[in-house]
Amino acid sequence: MILFVASLGGLFEIAPLFTIENTVEKVDGMRPYTPLETAGRDIYVREGCYACHSQMIRTLRSDVDRYGHYSLAAESMYDHPHQWGSKRTGPDLSRVGQKYSDTWHVAHLANPREFVEGSVMPGYSFLLDRNLETSSLQGSLIALRRVGVPYTDAQIENASQDALWQADADANFEGELQDSYGENVQVRDFDGQPSRLTEMDALVAYLQVLGTLVDFDSFDAEANNR
Amino acid sequence: MTTFERIEISVIFVVTFAVFILGVAILGFGREIGYVFHGWLIAIVAGWGLMNLINRMNDKQPDIPHEYADTVIKWGVWATFIWGVIGFTIGDLLAWQLAIPSWNGDMSWSNFGRVRPMHTTAVIFGFGGNALMATSFYVVQRTSRARLASEVSPWFVFFGYNLFVLLAVTGYPMGITQSKEYAEPEWYADLVLTFAWVGYLWLYMRTLANRAEPHIYVANWYYMGFIVVIAMLHVVNNLSMPISIAYPKSYSLFAGVQDAMTQWWYGHNAVGFLLTAGFLGMMYYFLPKAVNRPIYSYRLSIIGFWGITFLYLWAGSHHLHYTALPDWVQYLGMTMSVILLVPSWGSVFNGILTINGAWDKVRTDPAVRFMMVAMLFYGLATFEGSFLAIRPVNTLSHYTDWTVGHVHAGALGWVAFISFGAMYKMVPWIWKREGTYSLRLEAWHFWLALSGTLIYVGAMWNSGITQALMWQTYDADGNFVYAFIDTVDAMRPYYFARAIGGLLYLIGACLGAYNIYMTVKGPAMAPAPDKHRPIMQPGE
Repeated sequence: MILFVASLGGLFEIAPLFTIENTVEKVDGMRPYTPLETAGRDIYVREGCYACHSQMIRTLRSDVDRYGHYSLAAESMYDHPHQWGSKRTGPDLSRVGQKYSDTWHVAHLANPREFVEGSVMPGYSFLLDRNLETSSLQGSLIALRRVGVPYTDAQIENASQDALWQADADANFEGELQDSYGENVQVRDFDGQPSRLTEMDALVAYLQVLGTLVDFDSFDAEANNR
Repeated sequence: MTTFERIEISVIFVVTFAVFILGVAILGFGREIGYVFHGWLIAIVAGWGLMNLINRMNDKQPDIPHEYADTVIKWGVWATFIWGVIGFTIGDLLAWQLAIPSWNGDMSWSNFGRVRPMHTTAVIFGFGGNALMATSFYVVQRTSRARLASEVSPWFVFFGYNLFVLLAVTGYPMGITQSKEYAEPEWYADLVLTFAWVGYLWLYMRTLANRAEPHIYVANWYYMGFIVVIAMLHVVNNLSMPISIAYPKSYSLFAGVQDAMTQWWYGHNAVGFLLTAGFLGMMYYFLPKAVNRPIYSYRLSIIGFWGITFLYLWAGSHHLHYTALPDWVQYLGMTMSVILLVPSWGSVFNGILTINGAWDKVRTDPAVRFMMVAMLFYGLATFEGSFLAIRPVNTLSHYTDWTVGHVHAGALGWVAFISFGAMYKMVPWIWKREGTYSLRLEAWHFWLALSGTLIYVGAMWNSGITQALMWQTYDADGNFVYAFIDTVDAMRPYYFARAIGGLLYLIGACLGAYNIYMTVKGPAMAPAPDKHRPIMQPGE
């Protein structure tokens, strides 16, 4: 009896989100994260960044003016789990991608107060010294496909190699990566250490893709009102 | 041993063995040092449990005394205070990290992001969860006049649950987390909790079924609601796909908007059922007992129970106002949140009016004072909760420290106050002491805790509203007046105030722990000739 009464709220509010078609908008440009971005996202999750940074721009003027177009459900459709967050001790990050240079991100992450006086953010210089573990990326993509992210067999097959290629300073394999993932893949050395693939590479690659995927020119806000 | 007991102990053996195998597999296949350490931890605890179970099974004539099973409750009291002091200490450390950022140390394990869930888990699950388990075992036995229905499952539940908390809290600094707020533990810790929790539910229901009293006292309804709903929330919100046995990492089954809604359906009702319904159960037993008066309105307590059980589960979406969650869910959540004020304040009045006729005890007995003030904070926090759930109000509070202040008004002022009050009563009762070691220390604890809470909550109200207003301030040309960092700079004095408030609260809790320790160490009462004699009031 308790279980029945208590389950009503969830049944009526959560279940329809899976069945009502316009809950997640149809948009152009959205794609699954590349293996390097996935690794970066795993680091974002591991370090608990959500405790101080949101990834959800609300439909308020003061949010939109400060951070950009309000977030769409489609933009986090491949986020397992979501990282919308509940607190802005630091600013919202959902559109931080390509706002700052890689160099800025690396230096700021390593020592936040050198760039932003009064910042209360901890430093993450240790990410520069840690080689990125790529051997588990294939397993990550398989697990993500099992929960619904549409990775192809080839993408899963090449997961660790793609991660290396994306951070390749000479961008020798940019064409291959863009064929596989789409035009909006950014290929370069992210952490300023061209000879190494570090956790900093992955995290900056992830930050630089945030909010850059959806093509808002082709997005019809009225049609997607719900 | 009856056949039924034989089946039960076999089931527990099989489950513990499965957990043991899980631990061995993790330590064998694991590729990360923290994860392998967790494998050892699981295997050692489960292995030790198995040995005890085997001993028990070989015991042909197990001795079951004709008294209430209080030993596991005593363990629960210690666990409550140990996790409480750990959790409060880490919480205050975090407060200082925000006031003085260099205290992060800039090392992976010491940074705010990894330490923060240690605080929330140690306090909510370690302190709050153990307080609820210990008191629920006490209440269900006394109100049913029946011994806990099993000799082994209380221990299975206690150790399984605390193993879960230990895995969670030690995992975060090593980077093992799902980063789902208040549901951070990874899949293997979640499995351990699931087993322990099903055992808890089973044990509670069986003890109620064994009751000698014809009526199920209302506190048990609240405890049952807490156990049932937490089971449902935990399982659904933690559905996830691990990479493999070699890694702690998993990916949650749901993504984006569905995951966010599921997460806040979980998050809000962890508040609603762990931090509210469970503690209302505690209140409905210990407050009437402490003031020696019947509940003001028994009917209201039942209505309140069904009101809370029905309404709370709809309210989670108020954490997602103006987000990409469809509007209809936001409005529905807002509406239910506002209606929720009715059963919440019903409980407040019911608790406060129960003290009628015994208000002198508020003055003479700090434990009663703790419980009385807990009801006031519960009233404050639930009013604030309904208020903040209104969409336009939420624009001012969301993403700011106001939310943090609101949570702590509830957690420090309501949850911990009612727990301290109940513990100061229950500890002398189960250890058969005349009263607590020192009423003066109890009073000191009360005033430290109260002033700490007020400073904390006041600072967070100010900082939250200040920051939200600064974020929304435009000049005449439509440009922002404040850069984001300006709004961070404005927080500094409040961050210091909060850290000091938290420190006062922590000192109070340490005094409380010392007082409990000395109470237990102190002399026992002479054995009572008559079991049904009234319970003595330490304040008298």
